[in-house]
Amino acid sequence: MFNWLHPYAKTERAYALCNTLLPYFFVTAVVGLLVGFIWGLAFAPSDYQQGDSFRIIYIHVPSAILSMSTYVAMAIAGFVGLVWQWKTAYMSMIAIAPVGAILTFISLFTGAAWGKPMWGTWWIWDARLTAQLILFFLYLGVLALYGAFSDKTQAGKSAAIMALVGVINIPIIHYSVEWWNTLHQGATITKFGKPSIAPSMLWPLLISIAGMVGLIGTLVMMNLKNQILRRELHRPWVIALLQKTENR
Amino acid sequence: MNPRRKQRLITVGVIGGMVAGAISLMLFALNDNIDLFYTPSEIIDGKGKAAVKPQVGQRLRIGGMVVEGSVQRNQETLAVEFDLVDIGPIVTVSYTGILPDLFREGQGIVATGVLQEGNLIVAEEVLAKHDEEYMPPELAEKLKGIKHVKPADAAITKAAPSY
Repeated sequence: MFNWLHPYAKTERAYALCNTLLPYFFVTAVVGLLVGFIWGLAFAPSDYQQGDSFRIIYIHVPSAILSMSTYVAMAIAGFVGLVWQWKTAYMSMIAIAPVGAILTFISLFTGAAWGKPMWGTWWIWDARLTAQLILFFLYLGVLALYGAFSDKTQAGKSAAIMALVGVINIPIIHYSVEWWNTLHQGATITKFGKPSIAPSMLWPLLISIAGMVGLIGTLVMMNLKNQILRRELHRPWVIALLQKTENR
Repeated sequence: MNPRRKQRLITVGVIGGMVAGAISLMLFALNDNIDLFYTPSEIIDGKGKAAVKPQVGQRLRIGGMVVEGSVQRNQETLAVEFDLVDIGPIVTVSYTGILPDLFREGQGIVATGVLQEGNLIVAEEVLAKHDEEYMPPELAEKLKGIKHVKPADAAITKAAPSY
């Protein structure tokens, strides 16, 4: 079933794949973020209730939604590593983790900056906010656990188990606004049915999300390339690659 | 898939399932206690099937809509008093401090405070809640009949003396 994936267990093939994908992610990031942010921050109409303050949504929502998707991607990489014991899977997992941690931090920070003028508080121990904070700690936990072992196979195994256990937090974050009485409002676009946002505001938001996906992809690919090179420094293909770059 | 991989797959799956199960059970048990949240009608008529009424002196959180025309500000201090409603019964909240930008009549708010005699709540914190709908002012006026008034403008029009 997964036979097409097997070649990428080899670091050389994975490195080549990163190089192929990188330009596409990079272009998506530049175009999506420029168009989405300029449209959203300057040209989209202001909100009837919140005025111009709502514009922080164009940074808050992409980072918050994608911090969860990134976590799932990281956990899947960890799962593949555990079951098939590929080191490229562990490398991808650890390449994704810092990007996800920063996204989560951005979502918490912009959320606080949005909450102060609108709700009247920077922080409240509301189910949604608390679950998102736990997500941030989970990312840091995965990174710390991976860094704590000098044997990188052992490190990958432990970090992958932590990442997998933490997946339970993802549905909790998503449904927290329905299960409990939260100050945070319900889902606007990640729900079944029509999004409760005017189309003139929705389009720049979707474009910003696409741009953010591109940015995450770019950063993860670059990080993964570095991980591979650092681990495989003495392999013939890496030495050949280094000589080629030096000769250029 | 070779047997060793299969065994690892099963082990990881079982551990994951058990953790998920344990956490869901915990959250399910906590569900009733996770917040001391009441609506005005729950304060007066009691909450849930057992109709548990909050005690006088109990700290609680209350959420409801600010009744239109009920906001009374003290001219010298930051003290303010307003009524909250959800589906009928009305509860009064008194608060001293700066209200959030979104606080207006008809807005949903959440207050934390202590319940007093006579369905009065002395609040330490008042937070405004907004819904998940975003739309331009013209559309809001067309759809809901909500006229967009910036809070600052509203304050000026109210404070201006009638000529």
